[in-house]
Amino acid sequence: MPRIPTQPSPMAQPRSFVWTRRVVLTLLLVFVLVPVYVMLSSSLKSLSGVQGSFQWIPHHITARPYIDIWKTIPLAHYFMNSLIVSVSATLFSVAVAIFASYGVSRYRFPGRRLFTVTVLSTQMFPGILFLLPLYLIFVNIGNSTGITLNGSRLGLIITYLTFSLPFSIWMLVGYFDSIPRDLDEAAKVDGCGPMGALFRVVVPAAVPGIVAVCVYAFMTAWGEVLFASVMTNESTRTLAVGLREYATQNDVYWNQVMAASLVVSVPVVAGFLLLQRYLVAGLTAGAVK
Amino acid sequence: MAATAPPRSASEAGPDSGKSAGRGRLRPRVPARLRQLSLPYLLLLPALALELLIHIVPMVFGIIISFKGLTLFFIHNWKSAPWTGFDNYKVAVKIHQPIGQALLHSFWVTIAFTVLSVALSWLIGTVAAILMQDSFRGRAVLRAVFLVPYALPVYAAVITWTFMFQQDTGLVNHVLHDQLHLTSNKPFWLIGGNSFWALVIVSVWKSWPFAFLALMAGLQNIPRELYEAAAMDGAGVWQQIRKITLPSLRAVNQVLVLVLFLWTFNDFNTPYVMFGQAAPHQADLISIHIYQSSFLTWNFGSGSAMSVLLLLFLLVVTAVYLLITSRRRGDADA
Amino acid sequence: MRTNRLFAATALVAALGLAATACGGSSDSSSGKGGSTKGVTLTYWASNQGTSLDNDKQVLTPELKKFEQQTGIHVKLEVIGWADLLNRILAATTSGQGPDVLNIGNTWSASLQATGALLPWDSANFQAIGGKDRFAASAIAAAGAAGKDPAAVPLYSMGYGLYYNKKMFADAGLKPPTTWAELDADAKKLTTGGHYGIAVEGGNPTENVHHAFVLAKQHGADWFDASGKPTFTGAGNVAAVKQYVDFIADGLANKGDAEYSQNQTITDFATGKAAMMMWQTASSSILSHGMKSTDYGVVPVPTLTAGATGDQGVTSMVAGINISVFKNTKNKDAAVKFVKFMTSTPEQKILNKAYGSIPPVTEAQSDPAFQTPDLKTIDGVLQHSAAPMPQVPNEAQFETTVGTAIKDLFADAANGKAITDSNVKSALEKAQSQMPAS
Repeated sequence: MPRIPTQPSPMAQPRSFVWTRRVVLTLLLVFVLVPVYVMLSSSLKSLSGVQGSFQWIPHHITARPYIDIWKTIPLAHYFMNSLIVSVSATLFSVAVAIFASYGVSRYRFPGRRLFTVTVLSTQMFPGILFLLPLYLIFVNIGNSTGITLNGSRLGLIITYLTFSLPFSIWMLVGYFDSIPRDLDEAAKVDGCGPMGALFRVVVPAAVPGIVAVCVYAFMTAWGEVLFASVMTNESTRTLAVGLREYATQNDVYWNQVMAASLVVSVPVVAGFLLLQRYLVAGLTAGAVK
Repeated sequence: MAATAPPRSASEAGPDSGKSAGRGRLRPRVPARLRQLSLPYLLLLPALALELLIHIVPMVFGIIISFKGLTLFFIHNWKSAPWTGFDNYKVAVKIHQPIGQALLHSFWVTIAFTVLSVALSWLIGTVAAILMQDSFRGRAVLRAVFLVPYALPVYAAVITWTFMFQQDTGLVNHVLHDQLHLTSNKPFWLIGGNSFWALVIVSVWKSWPFAFLALMAGLQNIPRELYEAAAMDGAGVWQQIRKITLPSLRAVNQVLVLVLFLWTFNDFNTPYVMFGQAAPHQADLISIHIYQSSFLTWNFGSGSAMSVLLLLFLLVVTAVYLLITSRRRGDADA
Repeated sequence: MRTNRLFAATALVAALGLAATACGGSSDSSSGKGGSTKGVTLTYWASNQGTSLDNDKQVLTPELKKFEQQTGIHVKLEVIGWADLLNRILAATTSGQGPDVLNIGNTWSASLQATGALLPWDSANFQAIGGKDRFAASAIAAAGAAGKDPAAVPLYSMGYGLYYNKKMFADAGLKPPTTWAELDADAKKLTTGGHYGIAVEGGNPTENVHHAFVLAKQHGADWFDASGKPTFTGAGNVAAVKQYVDFIADGLANKGDAEYSQNQTITDFATGKAAMMMWQTASSSILSHGMKSTDYGVVPVPTLTAGATGDQGVTSMVAGINISVFKNTKNKDAAVKFVKFMTSTPEQKILNKAYGSIPPVTEAQSDPAFQTPDLKTIDGVLQHSAAPMPQVPNEAQFETTVGTAIKDLFADAANGKAITDSNVKSALEKAQSQMPAS
């Protein structure tokens, strides 16, 4: 598993550089963390406290929002839905992307260019436009085959896994290209077919890139709002849509919005932080030619 | 990484006759040559099928709709909507008429927004990546913390910033006005001219960690010998950054800037969560504008035409961008 | 060989995964053909009327159980937040697959009617639920275009009133205003020391349009002519919008109100920051913000001249929720039975009491729960001085264009720009030009 080099740079470090670094990085840290602090402190205030003038340190700290968030909306249920949808979409998306990228990377065939260009062009179409056509397609599939896609997690999973395909394929192709063909050849000499070469040689060598794609696919599915708002019903609603339900007819429960956002973000950030070392190594080989 | 480059080894990768008949057990009697030819297509098949189903066919649908007068009277039965030819496009393109004018204004706002956001995200990402290149105490922690904006759900992040930008009770004005006394009265951030800058700030806050990541990764690949040689020639740190670091990042930057541009241009969630359905005039991004023209008023013909125009514009920009950057890279590498 | 097994295993897992995830979620209701409606399952989309979606569920579920006991029809309830309701209805209309019964905002009635997705309530259908004359005339008028069968049946009625802070008024020795001139004078007196005379929700296009509509009526103007063409730029329209925006321009409302779009107006009123506000049946909201019902009073929104009647006397648009049936439903009889249940007098009393609204069914209005001072006032408004929003297919576009124009004008006012007749007129001209040509 490639490790990130940490030996000191051969560049001499003049004091101006060190001080610039300290100042700039501190400012950046403040910029990044202030909203996070706002989320935290707002989540510990009562509703009227949150709606009053901003205070750095809340006068009355209450953990009430953290209790209420589970009742105002079925937060746990939405969290599970989001988790199921995002993890499934990620797994399938990465699997499909690995196969497609392997094909593009290792083979020359007519239509190869067309495929990559088409896949790239899908990134340019505004999402709001193919929302209803997609909904209709799902309805037609439901009518003709009996597989319900609208209002089901399956429909969302299929949608999200496709959303993350273009960038995933793009990146994995570049990553696979940087893995030498000799490794494939060596595996084939051992008697593996191309699939064997893929699973025994290429994939293990590409784990960092694959992890990078996993993170991207997960984040894409986790935060998507528009399609989820139309394609889910009560039982399949995801977090991204559900969080908006803290804004009700009478009130926007700001403190609960913040509390719920923090609660659902903790596992994500934790997972992300655990994986980020692989991500860094992953983006390297995929990007540089 | 944009266009796929030919793999390093020139030989056609594929199963050779080493895959003897002795290996196959339940394999159908398909000639090896046919299997070899069809394998890449089989590998692509799932991706292709999904893309067709989810992206391509709906896109084509959308393009067809742009030629129909699909208003609320016809959404019940799309087939019965009348064909209107290029009428929807004409309305969108007539820039001296109100609808076309509004679309053009929204377009300029979006370009300004995207350029600023991408430039700032890239700049901050580059600065942070270069400064974090060498190890120092706490670097790992700092790197982890810098990734938090990317990891947070978009809704939560944008809502928090909206909260902070509230004129009366928000943190930004509390700091600017009440504590630092930088302004004489509390400015508005969610309406009026400042709304554009609020939008840029939020967008940069969300996007720069991604640039930071990509650039940090790219920096790992620069050979140490280049720095050593330059140091021996007497180049200082700042010179080394200019002459070695930045040029070596060109490949990463080509991909990164394009991707950030496309994503930021089409960003719907950020302005929608910040401004709701009625975006202020100065921050009327094209994604929201098209939403207002089609979804809110159920005139899908018009909205589709606007989206197709948007797609054409992005195609042209991408093609030009790739041409220019690839040529420059070719010159640089030569 | 190993890769084959790996392949097979992957395929199996994928298949299992797909099968597992196909569960969950529902499609439309099961069909119950034939005359009997027993054992049928209806799908009902309810809107958010209570303090949370869960609260709505708790209010409705016992009633649905009652209905099932009475008729044997099971109702599958889904409560949908306002952020998503219209999009869901749109998707259902487009695909032809949707609920059997649904709540709609009554201002959507004409637009949805034009799509042809809703069941028209002709005399036969009205007979089945007890007759059209059970309902207040103004509520029926807000259920579809004039001259056509209504596309929905009124369910909850609401109206605007002027809420005023009793203590602040008493301290200043003022009585609640009946004309705009009095309101302006009162507001000026009350705007001191960090308090403001009135709060307005300037960042909310829908609220803006509601007030502009009422003011325009008082100035003798309409927003659409008889043939449905927009008439946004008349003198009355301009005067109406200018009058509304002047609340901030003249300093009677806090500048910050220009960005209010999340009911911050109610917060300001309940915390005493503003002495007055114009809002729809806000008693439960105000209570949830900590203000007791004895601390405020409600009077009808002022008019230009005292005691005005007719158009000049309009003080509120007819607000409310309608209940409608999807034309595509496979269970029309059961759906109509459900509407009959929901609009029956006992249910009207229960539901409207729970939500703090007024029953559109006149028979139910006499219940003591609706005789509180503020509900009585609003009931009077609905009976005597309410007018329905324009019942044209382009109503949504009207709300978006004019509402956003007013929001932008508020932003200008808050930033200190002068608000004159001419720049109001040009803003309205721009809005009108964005309406479709038809």
